[in-house]
Order: sequence, then structure tokens, then C-alpha cells
Amino acid sequence: MLERAEIIRKEYLRHDKKFPHVWCPGCGNGIVMGALLRAVHSLGLNKDEVVLASGIGCSGRMPTYVDFNTIHTTHGRALTFSTGIKLARPELTVMTVMGDGDSTAIGGNHFIHAARRNLNLTAIIINNSTYGMTGGQYSPTTPYGSKSTTSVYGHVEHAFSIAELAATAGASFVARSTVYHATHMEEMLKKGIEKRGFSVIEIISNCHVQHGRRNKLGGAVEMINGFKERSVTVEKSKKMSSDELEGKITIGVLADVEKPVSTEEYQRIVEEAKHKAEIITRAKEKNGVKRYEE
Amino acid sequence: MVKESKAKATGKAKAPAASKKKEKKLYTVIFFHKWCKSCGLCTALCPKKIIKPDEIGLPFIEAMDRCSGCRFCEIHCPDFAITIKERHPERRSTNGKH
Repeated sequence: MLERAEIIRKEYLRHDKKFPHVWCPGCGNGIVMGALLRAVHSLGLNKDEVVLASGIGCSGRMPTYVDFNTIHTTHGRALTFSTGIKLARPELTVMTVMGDGDSTAIGGNHFIHAARRNLNLTAIIINNSTYGMTGGQYSPTTPYGSKSTTSVYGHVEHAFSIAELAATAGASFVARSTVYHATHMEEMLKKGIEKRGFSVIEIISNCHVQHGRRNKLGGAVEMINGFKERSVTVEKSKKMSSDELEGKITIGVLADVEKPVSTEEYQRIVEEAKHKAEIITRAKEKNGVKRYEE
Repeated sequence: MVKESKAKATGKAKAPAASKKKEKKLYTVIFFHKWCKSCGLCTALCPKKIIKPDEIGLPFIEAMDRCSGCRFCEIHCPDFAITIKERHPERRSTNGKH
């Protein structure tokens, strides 16, 4: 009998691509990829009916390695490509992997409008609070006061909260997790994929090479153990004051609402228009008006 | 009398515990060293602290029998280099049922 890890390695990875992957030793992207594959495997989805789109960045390498229908798109436009895929083939399970800069800086507009539109998509946002691939510039999620290549004396701007932004923009499912909580992340991914409507899963990841090294946060082990210490569940955070929540990561389901999905609403409008057109043509035939085609 | 019954009770309580200990599940941790990048996550996150790095940082296991099979290293390995399997040793005492 094959173990689950063996099944995932044999069936869901593209072995003709160069393995081991390009990510740095200890990078959280690999953990997210594993959790995503386990979530898809345990949901019993056919891998030929799953689409994974990605933008540019370290996380953009993920579709190269997984054996789904994959597309590697332009910077920040991963959600627009997946919107197109979803509108053309609504029966597919479409997932989008983005980084924090990819989703909130370059593709910020696409992100909030995809959330507002409420298509049946799953957006997985890996937040490592820096632009890791290009050399550690500050991103919209870099914390206040932390150092990067473009903020050598400390960052003067405040960080985005991606999950709260998505919830305000109108996403129907918003959750947050970290790479330390791999099982929790897998559960959140499962819920997000199963949810009808736009679901956002923000995953706090580590970039010890660009972010951790400059801010003296330690290596991969120290950063990932730091997520364990800093994270609090949503239920616990409701009892805590705002001073206590300073610097903490709230994990869990942040928003879960039922909303009409855009593709279904569009289908309803099409049916209504067809029905109205039929009534008009019938009335015209009754009154002796010839059809335009005739 | 009381002492005896107590002793009996403790004896009875001990007996199933001992048999349970014998039935402890054993696991094998397989490292796929070709894909390993020696990041040290498995070493740090193992709750039993049995994964040790060698001279070049590749992990190995000192006491395989102490592995509890929690799969925490397996799900946290970013490089898909760890597999955990249940182990059924042939020489296990099976009370002649084997």
C-alpha cells in the first residue's frame, strides 16, 4: 500500500521538471504546495479538472511543478486569467496562487474586483512580506519599521492586511493560516476550494533569505517557530485587546458568507433574456409582423 | 485484604498497559536525500527530537523505534523528501499466532 506522501509525489508532481525545486532551503512555498496537493487529493478531485494559475514571483513557480492544468501568467494578472478560464469553463475548479506583491501591489485592482465580482475561484496568497525574487524590496505587506533593500533605515509605511481587505471587498470566504500550521492550512484550503464563491486564503510564509536576514529574524527554523508563537486563533483574538493583538497573526476563518455567484447570476440573466425574446417574437407573429430572418 | 485487593487492582491495571506497550506501532522514516536541501526544518520540528543532521547537514535518525508517526516532518518538508511508513518487523513477539 502506498503512503499518502508517496501518492502525492508520484501522481501530482511533474517529474520531468527539474526537481529539487528552485526555492531556497526551508522556503514556505514548498510547504504550501504540499498542503495544496494534499487538500486536492483528500477532496477527491480529478486532477485533469483542476486549474492552477499563477503570476510572477517565487510563488509563480508552483504551477511548473504540479501536474494540474496550469498557466503561468503575467505579473499581477493571474486572477484575470483565471476569471476568463472560469467564465469559459465553469465546471473546472480554478485556483490561483499569488504572492503578496503580486496580489496587492501589481494586481491590487484585479484582486479587489475579483472579490467584489464573487466568481467561484480560490485565491491562495502566500504572504512573505517582501519581494523575495527581485532582491528584497519592500512590498505592501512589509511591517512598519522593518528593513529591506529599499528601506535601509526602516520602513515608514504601514502594512496591508490582505485578509481584511478581501473581506471588505466582498469575498465570500476569507481565511488566514501560516506555514507552521500545515494541517490547519490544509483544512482552510479544503474549505476554500469547496466554498461556492470567491475564497481567499492568506498564508503567512517565511522569507528568511531576504526578509529575515535583514531584520535579524533568524533562519527558516526560527521564523517558522516564530509563527507558532505569534499566532492566535480567531476565537481567542475576540477576547483580546488591540494592544495585546499588536504583532500577532490571527489564524482561522475570518469571513464566511453566502452570496450569489457571478457566473450563476449571469446564466440567470441569459435565461431571462431568452424568455423575454421568445415572448416578443410570439407577439410579433400574432400581429402579423414577419421575423427578421425571414 | 484491602492491600491484597489493591495489589490485584494495580496488577490488573498494569497488565493491559504492558500489552499495549508491546503493540506500539513502529514507523520508518525514509529520507529522499536527492531532493533534500538540508534546511533543518525536520530536525527542529520533530517533537521527539530524533532527527539529527550529519556532517553535511543531511538528516538521519538515531533511534527509529522512538518515532511516534505524527508526520509533522513529512507535512513540513518543503522539498517532498520525507516519507513515513508503518513498520511491521518480522521478529516481533506474536505469542505464537504468527
